[in-house]
Amino acid sequence: MSGYLGSYATLGLLIVVGALVFVGAFSANRLLSPSAPNPAPDKYRNYECGLDPVGGDWAQAQIRYYLYAFLYVLFAVESVFLFPWAVIYDRPEFGASAVVEMGIFVAVLALGLLYAWRKRVLRWT
Amino acid sequence: MTAADVLLLALGAIAVGAGWRVVITSHLVRAGLWLVVTLGAVAGAYLVLAAELVAWVQVLLYVGAVVVLLLFAVMLTRAPIGASSDLDRPGWTGLLVGGGAALGLGALLLDGYRWQKVDAPAVGSAQLLGGEVFRHWVLPFEVLSVLLLAALIGAIVVSRPAPGDDSGSR
Repeated sequence: MSGYLGSYATLGLLIVVGALVFVGAFSANRLLSPSAPNPAPDKYRNYECGLDPVGGDWAQAQIRYYLYAFLYVLFAVESVFLFPWAVIYDRPEFGASAVVEMGIFVAVLALGLLYAWRKRVLRWT
Repeated sequence: MTAADVLLLALGAIAVGAGWRVVITSHLVRAGLWLVVTLGAVAGAYLVLAAELVAWVQVLLYVGAVVVLLLFAVMLTRAPIGASSDLDRPGWTGLLVGGGAALGLGALLLDGYRWQKVDAPAVGSAQLLGGEVFRHWVLPFEVLSVLLLAALIGAIVVSRPAPGDDSGSR
């Protein structure tokens, strides 16, 4: 298969075949394995480090996780703009201006990282 | 109907169905996870429309980053998280806003194109997009960095404990 959609069709076919192999393997396992009722229901309990779980499974997250996720979003956006910039900045019609423009963009975002660092957001404890 | 039409219809159906689940579920976290399906289906539609870079940016940024941020925000503010019964609003406002937006957009598209055939644009590669951004759209691009900086500083300021609050639960 060739062309734009064709190349993605190849990828899609590969994903479908992979999923089929997965389903086939687990179905064969289900069909061939002996089935006996589980003698110990505790086998299905979640546990960490061998300790019994205490309390519910939903807890309030601390806000520093949010800040780290926010920093990730910020620099994901930056890296997304780096991709189209990286393939064109050395063309003659752009010259030094594209480099300067991206430099300003990165510098402004680096100010955010500097602010987070100065406000001790990056320290975990 | 071509294969692209069938794919677009299927992806649109997935996006609308998952969007419906986002709205009706009473678990906020599940709404966030259904949003992943919606945004992924929209990314697939971009891919079918040959907007290759935008599709993968959608996966990277919206599915990967924004939904994670959203889930953290939900897990911060509502605890313990479970089914919430106070999420429903009167239906007529939603009907008004959603119906109005759909009607307006539909009328705009119909008025703009009037059933004429439009050639598929070139594949939206990184080169094409980079050339457009750095030739015509440099100022919005730079303003975007200031917007992101303002959002980050806002998030840091909001998340810091108030002065004199030594509870340490930052």
